[in-house]
Amino acid sequence: MTGEGFQDKLKQDYWRSTPRRYDMETNLVYEVDHLSEQQIELCYHCHKCTAGCPVVDAMDYGPDRLLRMVALGQNEAVLRSRDIWLCVGCFTCATRCPNEIDIAAVMDGLRQLARRRGEPVGERDALLFHRLFMGVVQRLGRSHEAVMLGLFKVLSHVPLWNDVGAGLNLFLRGKVPLLPQRTRAGAKVRAIYKHRRAL
Amino acid sequence: MSYSYYPGCSLHSTGLEYQLSTRSVFQQLGMELVELPDWNCCGASSAHTLDPTLALALPARTLALAQVEGCDLVAPCAACYNRIKTADYVLRRDSQRRAKIEALVGFQFTGQVSVRPLLAVLYEDYGPGRLAAQVRQPLTGLKVVTYYGCLLVRPPEITQFDDPDDPRIMAEILGAVGAEVMPWGYATECCGGSLSLSRSDIVQRLVGRLVERGREAGAAAIVTACPLCQVNLEMRQTAKPKMPAFYFTELLGLALGLSEAESWWKKHLIDPRPVLQQVGLIRTVNTNVDRDAV
Repeated sequence: MTGEGFQDKLKQDYWRSTPRRYDMETNLVYEVDHLSEQQIELCYHCHKCTAGCPVVDAMDYGPDRLLRMVALGQNEAVLRSRDIWLCVGCFTCATRCPNEIDIAAVMDGLRQLARRRGEPVGERDALLFHRLFMGVVQRLGRSHEAVMLGLFKVLSHVPLWNDVGAGLNLFLRGKVPLLPQRTRAGAKVRAIYKHRRAL
Repeated sequence: MSYSYYPGCSLHSTGLEYQLSTRSVFQQLGMELVELPDWNCCGASSAHTLDPTLALALPARTLALAQVEGCDLVAPCAACYNRIKTADYVLRRDSQRRAKIEALVGFQFTGQVSVRPLLAVLYEDYGPGRLAAQVRQPLTGLKVVTYYGCLLVRPPEITQFDDPDDPRIMAEILGAVGAEVMPWGYATECCGGSLSLSRSDIVQRLVGRLVERGREAGAAAIVTACPLCQVNLEMRQTAKPKMPAFYFTELLGLALGLSEAESWWKKHLIDPRPVLQQVGLIRTVNTNVDRDAV
């Protein structure tokens, strides 16, 4: 086993361990570590993630403070923040972190945790977009812009007239086909989704 | 040379000209692209946001299809490449999760397919030298900046693409066909990605900054290798004059003298023809004819 492989194995053992039985309630750090397969307690707050984050000025806290809040167990503030939904997953933070924490993966873990606990969503339309996208993929096997954009327009809080011009321009250039392509991918993907729920 | 080709959803819709130009250029260079039968969406940035298992299972099915074909898998879209390569990375290194995904998708992962971005295939398998020999119309005078975006280069341990801070591949390819690539520091900055619909204000700000810096660097256009970046760049620009965003394959097609290149320009949300006319790469009459027709 190579050195890297052995380290991977150690990490995987840690992530897959179950909480000790006498823990009354697992803390947020533990849950986030396990969901995202990271070790956020390694963070020493050098601020590089926040310095490079492209969406930080729209955030309430920023990635670095968010990690600290997780460590302090400020569950509600973290899981209800808009920050976790604003992360676009550009991996700038993950690439620059001196402790090799994949903060983008931590954000994914926090989003899943927020959904699982039914917390109010800090950025409603961002979640709506992801859910519509996954819903369309579930039914057709592929994304379908016309359906997704239409549903998003109707269901989101974004004003209805926004982007109508851009949508029309895309349509006129033949870039938003109205009918989805019929392939066998749809049936296969539905099977994966169904099987997934049974796991 | 033959490759398995995974276009992804974008190349069939908003990135139509990327698909058309990729196919034309590859045909011209004698490289065969065989589209995978019944491919499915890779899950893009939505799958890993909501469901980590689906984020691996969806691209794993693509790997399963490619395994049957047995050739290298080429993904032009940066997001697709990133997701498929991530699945490949996890399946190689994590036996427990591999067993789970294999059961879910119903295949046996062999690891024999190598997943590659379009840029790397052109650079490594064809090479800028041979490309330069094929040029019929050098792109002399066309000043551009190269823009890779996030997902092609990050996270570097997964994407294994060039230098994550200062990638050079696109510049070398475009340099080989005569374009003048201007140096700038924003080649791997983020365009805002999937926030485009829900928070267009953020994307407008990020795209605005990219265009501003591109102009400062002296470029007349931005060249991308990602359909999500390209659509954000053209759809979310607010300041005028607007700067068009090309796919690098479009410029290759133009340099190779492909006649179908003309039909690609009309697909853009920002008409790139004035930029090309200015340096004499396309004839001025073309737009006049169009204007008469309208």
